[in-house]
Amino acid sequence: MKDTNACADDTCRAPVSQRTQVVDAPGTSATVKLKIDDHELNIPMGTTILEAARELGIHIPTLCHHDDLCVAGVCRVCLVEVEGQNTLQASCAYPITQPITVKTHTRKVRQARRHIIDLLLSKHYGECYSCFRNNNCELQSLAKEYGVDFFRFGHPEKPLYEVDRSSYSVVRDMNKCVLCRRCIRTCIDLQEVGVLEAAGRSDGTTISTYLDKPLGEVVCINCGQCINRCPTGALRAKDRTDDVWAAIDNPEKHVVIQTAPSPRAGIGEEFNQEPGTPMTWKMNTALKRCGFDKVFDTNFTADLTIIEEGTELILRLYKNLVQSDSSQPLPQFTSCSPGWVKYIEHFYPEYLPHVSTCKSPQQMFGALIKTWYARMNNIDPANIVSVALMPCSAKKFECNRPEMRDSGYKDVDNGLTTRELAQMIREAGIDLPEMPKSDFDNPFGTATGSGVIFGSTGGVMEAALRSVIEFVTGKKVENFYDHANIIPVRGFEGCRYAELQIPDEVGPVPELIQHLVPNWDWLKGATLKVGIAHGTANAKKVMENIKAGGKFSECHFIEFMACPGGCLGGGGQPIPTSPEIRAARARAIYAEDAAYGDAGKARKSHENPAVLRLYSEFLTNGPCGHKSHHLLHTHYTARGKYIG
Amino acid sequence: MTIRNNMTLSSVEKNKGLAAAMKMEPAGVIGIIRGSGMKGRGGAGFPTGAKWHFAASAKGERKFVVCNADEGEPGTFKDRVLMDEWPDLIFEGMTIAGYAIGAQEGILYLRGEYTYIRKALEECLAKRREENLLGNHVLGNSNFSFDIHIHMGCGAYVCGEETALIESLEGYRGEARNRPPFPVNTGLNGMPTIVNNVETFAWTSAILVNGADWFKAIGTSKSTGPKMLSISGDVECPGVYEFPMGTTVNDVLDAAGCDCAKAVIIGGASGHCLPPAEFSRAICYEDISTGGAVIVFGPDRDMLDVAESFLEFFADESCGQCTPCRIGNVKLLEGVRMLKCGKCSTNCLRDLCALGETMQCASKCGLGQSSPNAFLSIVRHFKNEILGRACTAAES
Ligand SMILES: Cc1cc2nc3c(=O)[nH]c(=O)nc-3n(C[C@H](O)[C@H](O)[C@H](O)COP(=O)(O)O)c2cc1C
Ligand code: SF4
Ligand code: SF4
Ligand code: SF4
Ligand code: SF4
Ligand code: FES
Repeated sequence: MKDTNACADDTCRAPVSQRTQVVDAPGTSATVKLKIDDHELNIPMGTTILEAARELGIHIPTLCHHDDLCVAGVCRVCLVEVEGQNTLQASCAYPITQPITVKTHTRKVRQARRHIIDLLLSKHYGECYSCFRNNNCELQSLAKEYGVDFFRFGHPEKPLYEVDRSSYSVVRDMNKCVLCRRCIRTCIDLQEVGVLEAAGRSDGTTISTYLDKPLGEVVCINCGQCINRCPTGALRAKDRTDDVWAAIDNPEKHVVIQTAPSPRAGIGEEFNQEPGTPMTWKMNTALKRCGFDKVFDTNFTADLTIIEEGTELILRLYKNLVQSDSSQPLPQFTSCSPGWVKYIEHFYPEYLPHVSTCKSPQQMFGALIKTWYARMNNIDPANIVSVALMPCSAKKFECNRPEMRDSGYKDVDNGLTTRELAQMIREAGIDLPEMPKSDFDNPFGTATGSGVIFGSTGGVMEAALRSVIEFVTGKKVENFYDHANIIPVRGFEGCRYAELQIPDEVGPVPELIQHLVPNWDWLKGATLKVGIAHGTANAKKVMENIKAGGKFSECHFIEFMACPGGCLGGGGQPIPTSPEIRAARARAIYAEDAAYGDAGKARKSHENPAVLRLYSEFLTNGPCGHKSHHLLHTHYTARGKYIG
Repeated sequence: MTIRNNMTLSSVEKNKGLAAAMKMEPAGVIGIIRGSGMKGRGGAGFPTGAKWHFAASAKGERKFVVCNADEGEPGTFKDRVLMDEWPDLIFEGMTIAGYAIGAQEGILYLRGEYTYIRKALEECLAKRREENLLGNHVLGNSNFSFDIHIHMGCGAYVCGEETALIESLEGYRGEARNRPPFPVNTGLNGMPTIVNNVETFAWTSAILVNGADWFKAIGTSKSTGPKMLSISGDVECPGVYEFPMGTTVNDVLDAAGCDCAKAVIIGGASGHCLPPAEFSRAICYEDISTGGAVIVFGPDRDMLDVAESFLEFFADESCGQCTPCRIGNVKLLEGVRMLKCGKCSTNCLRDLCALGETMQCASKCGLGQSSPNAFLSIVRHFKNEILGRACTAAES
């Protein structure tokens, strides 16, 4: 599974100085001889010194380099000595095209690295013990690696910059910034949003936004990808743990937490577990011990989303294909990623009618907790504090959107990231990996495998297809796809396209949506075309393709996720991130889905008994009906990309 | 600034070199430039013929010739005089280069502060187009079309560095690129590009007229040809001079009228500072190389003032991209200021010198690599002057 690195292709907007330079290598299969320390070997032409060293297990320190990003070669920490060259060379930015001899830790190299670290510290206002990256900071590790025990070139005594807390999601503390520019490359290149750029020169260089406006006022989509790639504590998600603790400590409050599928696949990393170690059932116990009154599974509303969004899709198809009514155009775009929603609001507002009106699972859950759940349990919704554990920084913005108050209250009071929950668990003295297992609470506890895979790119699509196929054919998906695994929509390729043939034989319209479409005859033998994009750079490619009338414009349904890899790579997940770490988390997620099947539990959203109960008891006029529209659907704001 | 001695370029007939080139194969033109042994006049001293050869053999749909007229090094002004006096020879040289490497387009990157020359240059270009010295089928050669336009710089010194210049041409912040690959393979818009100094192009035209052997006969074996120098500071006749490569500092001082120099900085702010004991050294690539700046300091000059003013320049002009240069220059400047008030201990000075060495080998581009030069050589050659102050402070 290879993740896509946006800089590999020609749509990259990052300046050339911040990119891997294409090397004129004669023949891709050519190899070249490299002598590095005590090793001698042949490597493929164009391999960088850093890559070759890593391959051999030789450690070269880095700071501005990141596996997901283009090469910058700016921090100069990775310098090595190349025989015959007067100056030291940045190993991350040096593609080998002729035989060379490299030494990775000569006196000259060690002195230069130490000086560079000393220089960085001379401008870094930070005290590690009061920093959220303490023990997980690349600058701190470098200082340790090079035995820094005094500040050779001084150390700032007071902060120089005001901390920017204007955004609901991302906090920027430029006092800790080491100008590695990873955030710039993340935003402009990996995500193609382009909020951040270097401004000023020399010592006055800063990472800035358009006209140095606060982050909350620019086109930031709150994806938090920059946070995940910042080596220091300069970027972080807005911390809500104090509010959540305060609610827990208040005996009048009934504090419930819903947990999304991705945090459980990632949180183990915060407790020294291998990436991809699932923590679902242990985390439930830990949450209870922290003091949450109820622990629910967001998968419940993931399943609900599938029913609502799937129904909306069927209605759109029916209107467009049968009734020639294009007021709700095709393709339908998913709406569960708030980063993506803000992206399209800024950059493609003219396409907002394509976005499904369904709220994200987080917000559907929020609306139901303060209505249905409150009523069922006789709790005053004013006393409910509804918390959402998310892999995501954009969800913090989302729950503060003014339109997210359909229950009559703020539907979700606080969004917590995986990292914040790990912090709370540590604070409570809980050793997560040692927790006994426990189940989610009812009535929302029941979930299906389909809800789980929402965490990965392609998951929403797969879940929706499982249900749509069964609705339309009246047959089990397993008849078409082995174990209901719809492999064509899985994987990590940036933009994916798939076609599914609807058989000539269709089934009866299921009871749940009988009032909406009379029969399936109009879908007989049709080809359902779907698309998937993850990372907004890829979303942009798909959008441009649609604009140009390309194959994605013929799709019926497209899944968009703002973060590379989908939610499992979200901006609230444990740091660091890399293609390998994201792949490991994805394995955990698909394993949980498969486990539902092995245990004989439901794997399709429309089989979720709690969802069915919801429609029979509360949303009595069915999917996309009046009540569900009020609580579960929303509208969008055409923001545009021009900021005043 | 005035021209102070006889200039070979005055006697070079315009467009004769271009006409001669049009009668040759491109490879033949490169052969002549290689044969002349000319090295780039911008400072780095890369053999011009070799650079053109690389660009000629590189694959690319389009190729570019860039004339580096960003002349930002403090103490350098010979390119300005060249553009005032012999714009034709410069554009002619660019055209010859275009023919040699197979380029269709030339760009003259003009220093922002030189805007006043632009009009004359544009007029010269217009005239050359009229005379078919530029444009479609230059001088009737059906295989060669070439035009030149002028792109204005905006006052950043670093944009004189060739890869930062290319970034600037592409519309980005002027910041040096990673190398390899080099512009001859991956330059402007990813295409093979040569970047040469103004003077390099002017001599190109002269070589095509007078021949490679003529050029080689001037100068030393490793540094051939004449070199323009911008001489300034405490001399009687500052201005632009032409000397054969290999001329000693003493001879240069004699010509400019100075017999009491305390120090000479060759190569401008990023150059090396020489004390009188070293004035017998030769100005050429194998001894002290320079892009053309010679700054002379009389007996009353305070060398710490000199170091301070140069470091102020670099602390302002660093593009801010890489750590050693971005913060290093500021730290050196702080150090010089501490030295000035006698507050810098010898330990601290040793750290600063070591930092200077790190900057030389660790910075990403030539700016950071050469910015500590003046400071380090002043510390080396004028230690007493500098440490004297450190001691007084310690005693008091
Ligand atoms: C900071 C810096 C500034 C430079 N400024 C100039 C300049 O103003 N003009 C110039 O010709 N070369 C300048 N150079 C050198 C160029 O990078 C390049 O080597 C030169 O233009 C090549 O031309 P040449 O081979 O004809 O000398 C500068 C280099 C550095 C590192
Ligand atoms: S960013 Fe890193 S080095 Fe700086 S205070 Fe935080 S932990 Fe320490
Ligand atoms: S949160 Fe996303 S959009 Fe905002 S600055 Fe960071 S990378 Fe860019
Ligand atoms: S904010 Fe973080 S990622 Fe961005 S340049 Fe500063 S240290 Fe690097
Ligand atoms: S050496 Fe200085 S000018 Fe050159 S890239 Fe580094 S910071 Fe920029
Ligand atoms: S890691 Fe190579 S220069 Fe920063």
